[in-house]
Amino acid sequence: MQELGKAEHKSVRVTPKSENRVVIEKDLSSEEMILNMGPQHPSTHGVLRLECKTDGEVVIEAEPYLGYLHRCFEKHAEMVDYPGIVPFVDRMDYLASMNNDFAFCITVEKLLDVEIPRRVEFMRVIVAEINRIASHLVAIGTYAIDLGAFTPFLFCFRDREHMLNLLEWTSGARMLYNYILIGGIAYDFPKGFKQRTAEFVKYFRPKALELQKLLTENEIFVKRTKGVGMMPADVAVNYGWSGPMLRGSGVDWDLRKEDAYSIYPELDFKVCVPDGRFSNIGDCLSRHLVRAMEMEESLNIIEQCLEMMPEEDGFDPKAAIPKRIRPKAGEVYGRAENPRGELGFYIQSDGKSTRPLRCKARSSCFVNLSAMKELSHGQLIPDLVSIIGSIDIVLGEVDR
Amino acid sequence: MEEAQENTSQSPEVIEAKAVWDVLKEKFGDAISELDENPFMPFFEVLQPEHWLNIALFMRDNPELRFNYMACLSGVDYPEEGKLGIVCNLESLGELGHKIAIKVRCKRDSGVIPSVSRVWKTAEWHEREAFDMYGMSFSGHPDLRRILCPEDWEGYPLRKDYKVQETYHGIKVPN
Amino acid sequence: MSTGALLPNSFPFVMSTSLNTWSDALSELYLFGLPFGLIIIAAIPLVFIALYALTYGVYGERKISAFMQDRLGPMEVGKWGILQTLADILKLLQKEDIVNKSADKFLFVIGPGILFVGAFLAFAVLPFGPAFIGADLNVGLFYAIGIVALEVVGILAAGWGSNNKWALYGAIRSVAQIVSYEIPAAIAILCGAMMAGTLSMQQFNLLQQGEYGFLHFFLFQNPIAWLPFIIYFIASLAETNRAPFDIPEAESELVAGYFTEYTGMKFAVIFLAEYGSMFMVSAIISIVFLGGWNSPLPNIGPLSLNDWTTGPVWGAFWIVMKGFFFIFVQMWLRWTLPRLRVDQLMHLCWKVLTPFAFVAFVLIAVWEVYVK
Repeated sequence: MQELGKAEHKSVRVTPKSENRVVIEKDLSSEEMILNMGPQHPSTHGVLRLECKTDGEVVIEAEPYLGYLHRCFEKHAEMVDYPGIVPFVDRMDYLASMNNDFAFCITVEKLLDVEIPRRVEFMRVIVAEINRIASHLVAIGTYAIDLGAFTPFLFCFRDREHMLNLLEWTSGARMLYNYILIGGIAYDFPKGFKQRTAEFVKYFRPKALELQKLLTENEIFVKRTKGVGMMPADVAVNYGWSGPMLRGSGVDWDLRKEDAYSIYPELDFKVCVPDGRFSNIGDCLSRHLVRAMEMEESLNIIEQCLEMMPEEDGFDPKAAIPKRIRPKAGEVYGRAENPRGELGFYIQSDGKSTRPLRCKARSSCFVNLSAMKELSHGQLIPDLVSIIGSIDIVLGEVDR
Repeated sequence: MEEAQENTSQSPEVIEAKAVWDVLKEKFGDAISELDENPFMPFFEVLQPEHWLNIALFMRDNPELRFNYMACLSGVDYPEEGKLGIVCNLESLGELGHKIAIKVRCKRDSGVIPSVSRVWKTAEWHEREAFDMYGMSFSGHPDLRRILCPEDWEGYPLRKDYKVQETYHGIKVPN
Repeated sequence: MSTGALLPNSFPFVMSTSLNTWSDALSELYLFGLPFGLIIIAAIPLVFIALYALTYGVYGERKISAFMQDRLGPMEVGKWGILQTLADILKLLQKEDIVNKSADKFLFVIGPGILFVGAFLAFAVLPFGPAFIGADLNVGLFYAIGIVALEVVGILAAGWGSNNKWALYGAIRSVAQIVSYEIPAAIAILCGAMMAGTLSMQQFNLLQQGEYGFLHFFLFQNPIAWLPFIIYFIASLAETNRAPFDIPEAESELVAGYFTEYTGMKFAVIFLAEYGSMFMVSAIISIVFLGGWNSPLPNIGPLSLNDWTTGPVWGAFWIVMKGFFFIFVQMWLRWTLPRLRVDQLMHLCWKVLTPFAFVAFVLIAVWEVYVK
């Protein structure tokens, strides 16, 4: 056990002192107050409860309590067949349903012998990237609200509306699509979709820039986020952070590059990592910047996909879907890059049944949120709000 | 579990996992099982759970392994064998890039698995979740409480033989 | 209304000695044995306050924010939703008046009252025109600053009496903020008082009167006056808890701050008090630096714009317009900027605004003694 003693010192690390750290006056005697933040609170983004031990405005410790939105996804998944799980997956991270479906479907497809048509791959990437932008817009907008700026939020929602319309047009639903299916996709793109998406990309580029001018270049916004909630890269990896959170800590890691699933290796896009000129690497501002830059990259991906996507008349996107989805026996851990990080599924199949023996969802928000206790230590309440906002939690995915 | 598939042209993932397993086998010998060389998720099992913490530390800190990232920790129920278990998906993120999965099992009744939450912080909440859903205990866990279910919930919902309690605080639980 | 003939010099109402002649004449009007004239005089500011607070304030804020955010804002009640605020008030009136069980009932009830009274008592010294002034105190400015500070007591009573941790946080933040920002605000206002050499609100207006319109305003008479002007404007945002200093009611942090627990009419009263004090600080800044009810238009040769736009009704028009302009700027800022953090707010007050206010004070004193 000696080895462990040494190791503990290495992994349990106190966040380094930053200039924003608040010094509590030593000779003032004061009682600590327990403050319940949530489950109904404007800045917990759903039904998260933080039990904060506070000394005046300074949070000594914040302990998250989850489970208010627990809907037994994993138990449900054991009760229904594989195609039946997809709608449940939709409802996990309800802001990025396409990406959830994508992650789940490529996981199951690993155990199935199916050849996915090339056009379907492109369609999947297009809808997933549209949804990624929509999700990042919500993240940025609600982050602005957390910091007291109301207008960027509505600008974000105005532009998100266009994306939801696009997705509604092709899938029939506005939020919970059930569009990407195991082995295929539900419907072919409607006529004119390509053109309208191209128009949207053209429309959105200047709007994204405007949003940056309004929010990211705002002096007060920078003051509220720079140097707040610092997370060094090694601790972030130890906590299992992924996605924009990990990249915000300066780790060049994107599953679209690393795992090279679907047609991502054919596309030209870069992994967004802040360069430290504008923000301190690992703070809330870096995480915000990563999201802002990723929207641009997603637009590039969509443009490339629209160009490269093979056109087929009378294309049947369901052609490759097996009649009866019964994966071969085995275990698989599949994952994809969600807007919030690595969404993974661990699936155990016995090869006989059409239902999984075990289907565990590795939720990115759940893992990202677990660092909350360490991040919140010694922060002011407004900074706590800023940190929660930068984690960009969706409680549907945290609680599953 | 299924036997290792004979694959003449093994994928690079399996080859990497094999190299990792060789290092571990040399160090820990009988404490770990043979590597299951399936192409989807190569894994081995820790046969002596009491060594699991040392294996985890070794895997994280050994310069040849450097498994700094725990992607996932899933609880699993094996009713036929009367066991519960966990499956850990580990990865050397940004350093060596290899992946491997590890299984640890314990008895179904009052089974104990050493906690690795101090090795990988990810495990802290995932172990709580596994405890919440399956009821195995993690020795050395700093804060082993239920995480998704209420504190006073009865039973462990993801066990295969789970029966929903009739009422919860006087409210009928829908079945 | 033709007021071209009423030149300032011949205008009897604006003589400093007989300020209230006009209203005196009106107050002697009796109908059916009732002091009808007095009632009218008392009612004019009240009607204005009610109209402003009920219709323009809230409705304007909603519409302005809507246009800034690519929305339409309230559209359902009346044309362009113009009756929306009335409908809201009607709704709030019907709401059950809830006082939570564990609240300190006395403080909880009295809090909104003090707030409301504090905000609207200051209107007593607001000159709405050459003849409209509730009370032309010789310490009018001092009274206005002092009475607005009474709000602190109401906020603290409301926050503490609610017996809610969020409300308490909001109240404590608010008190710390308002008390701190009183200092730069008061010093900036003192700069204005030094330029005028008086504390009477009506005198401020008279001193900034002249045929060249805005050139007579203190802001344009003295280049240093811009400094206290900006300091006072920033501090007034903090004093009225407006963004970017709205940390006492920061809705994403403290739910709703000190009025978290209030419903119904008590909530409406707090709401109206906020809009009341918004107008109050806007009016003070326009009186001290921008000539109050004086017309900003200059006489240019034969075009005697200033003379045409001077008079009792014009006076009310100008001061209300100037007030509304500053309210618009307040709203504009609110819907554009994020919120500062508590310590950044205090940093701004004590390390930036207060030293600059002192510098402005000294510079203005030097200017008044040696340059003018």
